[in-house]
Amino acid sequence: MMELIKKTSIDFMGIRRIAFAFSTVLVVLGIVGTVQIFRGQANLGIDLAGGTSIQVKFRSAVHLDRVREIMAKAGHGEANLQEVPGENIVIIKVGAKGKEEKMVADQVVALLRQSFPDNPMSVESVAEIGPAIGKKLRSDAVLALTVSAIAIIVYLAWRFEFKFGVAAAAATFHDVFAMVGVFYLLHREIDLLFITALLTIAGYSLTDTVVVFDRIRENVRLRKKPTFSETINLSVNEVLSRTIVTSLTVFITCLALLFFGGVVLKEFALALTIGVIIGTYSSVFVASPIVAVWRGEKMVEVKRS
Amino acid sequence: MWKSIAWRATLIAVLTVVSIVLVLPSLTDRLPDAWKNKAPKIHLGLDLQGGVFLRLAVEIDKAIENTSMRYADDSRALLKEKGIPVLGMQKSGIDGFTLQLPPGDFAERAMTLLKEEVGTIDYSLGAVTPSGATITGRMKPAEILAIRTNAVSQGVETIRNRIDQFGVREPQIVAEGDDRIVIQLPGVKDQQRAIDLVGKTALLEFKLVDDGVSVEEAMKGNLPDDDQILYQKAVDQQTGRVSKTPLVVKKHAVLTGDTIKNARVSFESQRGGAYVSLSFDTRGARIFDRVTAENVKRRLAIVLDDTVYSAPVIQERISGGEAQITGSFSPDEAKDLAIVLRAGSLPAPVKVIQNVTVGPSLGLDSIQKGVNAGLLGAVLVVLFMAVYYRFAGVVADFALVFNILFLLSGMALLEATLTLPGIAGVILAIGMAVDSNVLIFERIREEIRLKKTVRASIDAGYEKAFWTVVDSHVTTLITALILFQFGTGPIKGFAVTLSMGVAINLFTALVCTKVVFDYINAKRPMKALSI
Repeated sequence: MMELIKKTSIDFMGIRRIAFAFSTVLVVLGIVGTVQIFRGQANLGIDLAGGTSIQVKFRSAVHLDRVREIMAKAGHGEANLQEVPGENIVIIKVGAKGKEEKMVADQVVALLRQSFPDNPMSVESVAEIGPAIGKKLRSDAVLALTVSAIAIIVYLAWRFEFKFGVAAAAATFHDVFAMVGVFYLLHREIDLLFITALLTIAGYSLTDTVVVFDRIRENVRLRKKPTFSETINLSVNEVLSRTIVTSLTVFITCLALLFFGGVVLKEFALALTIGVIIGTYSSVFVASPIVAVWRGEKMVEVKRS
Repeated sequence: MWKSIAWRATLIAVLTVVSIVLVLPSLTDRLPDAWKNKAPKIHLGLDLQGGVFLRLAVEIDKAIENTSMRYADDSRALLKEKGIPVLGMQKSGIDGFTLQLPPGDFAERAMTLLKEEVGTIDYSLGAVTPSGATITGRMKPAEILAIRTNAVSQGVETIRNRIDQFGVREPQIVAEGDDRIVIQLPGVKDQQRAIDLVGKTALLEFKLVDDGVSVEEAMKGNLPDDDQILYQKAVDQQTGRVSKTPLVVKKHAVLTGDTIKNARVSFESQRGGAYVSLSFDTRGARIFDRVTAENVKRRLAIVLDDTVYSAPVIQERISGGEAQITGSFSPDEAKDLAIVLRAGSLPAPVKVIQNVTVGPSLGLDSIQKGVNAGLLGAVLVVLFMAVYYRFAGVVADFALVFNILFLLSGMALLEATLTLPGIAGVILAIGMAVDSNVLIFERIREEIRLKKTVRASIDAGYEKAFWTVVDSHVTTLITALILFQFGTGPIKGFAVTLSMGVAINLFTALVCTKVVFDYINAKRPMKALSI
């Protein structure tokens, strides 16, 4: 039998204070990031903030500084430029200014064609999004998260107990905020794909949490340990091997996407990779301790439907 | 035991055959025609095959305002015709207007006349003072409601008409909410042309040029009430320079585009320039005949969306019901103009609020990289499982293959659109797919450590892990379904693949793997399990 880890008896509950402190920092960071997103201060993708994104491929290499100079002259000094090394691809992002729903793609493309007459380019993609759309998407995302949280609480309250449901939802929100926080801190772009990654990780982390909860319920029933905290410790240790193997397989696919998935999927894969780590951490250190603190140490049997 | 195994094996076999039948048309073109053409297929999203995505905001208020101003012009023209002078006209809100009349009995006469002739407007008489009287006209609520309800649906209809004539495979044109239209044009590369084609209101009007007013005076502000300044745009084909010339024209349109029977592109014989020739229906031809007869030697401006295309002098009465729009058109521009004129004008102006264009090369590149990353991820996961769980891992891998096959066939069955996030969803589903088996196998290992027989361990492992697997899958399914409900475009595609992947995984992980262990045990009970 090949085993990555042998039978363990790590005292997870013993370090829960450190974990709580760490999680609090992550969540606070996430809340700051979220507030900044809604104030339009974070590095928002144009699909959320509105604006124009143009991806062009030149025949031969161009200097990004030269492009920046040209954009500045045309009054787009704040444009965000990115290049894909080795492929002569330049991605230009111009934010929407105020409420004006003006499209600048044509102007920029024409400008570049004029400025690089000897270096023909092809436009690979153009996205122009009015600020109204971004606003709607942001509120849709919040709505989706809220509705999922309620649905999860209801389902887990039915399958387990109300307190388990709330703890799982809290752990989910923890993950979402932590991911926003990390991305905000790294100044990575927050776009629609990032929100997709958020919801995916929310689902993934829930799976993890439910697996641990399920084992806790079983061990409470079997009364293997005298206190709830010790039961949690035992349960987490028992499922640890599975947690690590599963995280590893998901991690492998995320890394494959990250390194070989191409430009468009890169940020998405990064969000997923970070999310897998946070999600695994939260099911051990966030969801179960919340139940322990709330429920007390008495070994009242958990409802089983 | 055998009966249960046979039953499950048959189910898997049938599902496999059905899945292969469903999935093949999406993977290859080399199939019999009957199969290829009838079968549902996985569509590629715009981000993968390239194309143009547009979201338009329909400016309904503007449509109401325009209609109300048209009624204002009509009312004034009607009064003038009957000898009632109108001193001035103002806009009043978006749905109304006021007319100033001179003192005397004009106001009463005007009220009777207007109420009789124009049924769609509520007229009310304002204060009558020695210096005159005002009449306020307001569109009836029913009329406004009709514009509101029809603006989007008629807009969709008109745009579909234009796109169909333009020739795009599998376009999608749908209304969204109360005032949005979403258009997807796969394979279209030229976004500007697409925007021009769908975004043009295409309100064609023929207006007489007012030669009695000089342009210089008009520009200073001395413009009669029933005149307006419009610009004639000319593009130099060589340099691409655009020049604008102001013209003073009558506000009242003598003829509009709704009387067009047909529009087509023609070419000048000498210079080869493209122009659009129009033919009017009977009513249009009659009006055109009368207007040209009455206004010989005057100039008639051909106005499209408030831009003058040409303003030729009427040389003689034109009775055939034919006219030409010349301008410095390229052949493509002329072709598109003919299309929009044939398809008719939009009931309300639209504004592009979202435009996403993906070049086909980027799409191909994305697919290639996404698929490669997916294959690599899958191979790594498969290898890991085989190494870590030995024989049981191979069984889980075999379930994984079914998982992917069923997922793809499910997508084909739903004619789902595969987007880039959708590919990511498939890849992630692969990573998560083995989770259920990992859960079960870890449980079996625990049972084996308790020194149970292999068969008892397997049964206990599956039994104990069952609800854990179901609970964890249902919660993921909940988030995926909510994502589908609230997500848009590419995210929807991701939600579809993820939720289907999760649901199918329940079957493959629990049923497909168990049947293998059961079969082996039924033939000869296993002494040891390689896990």
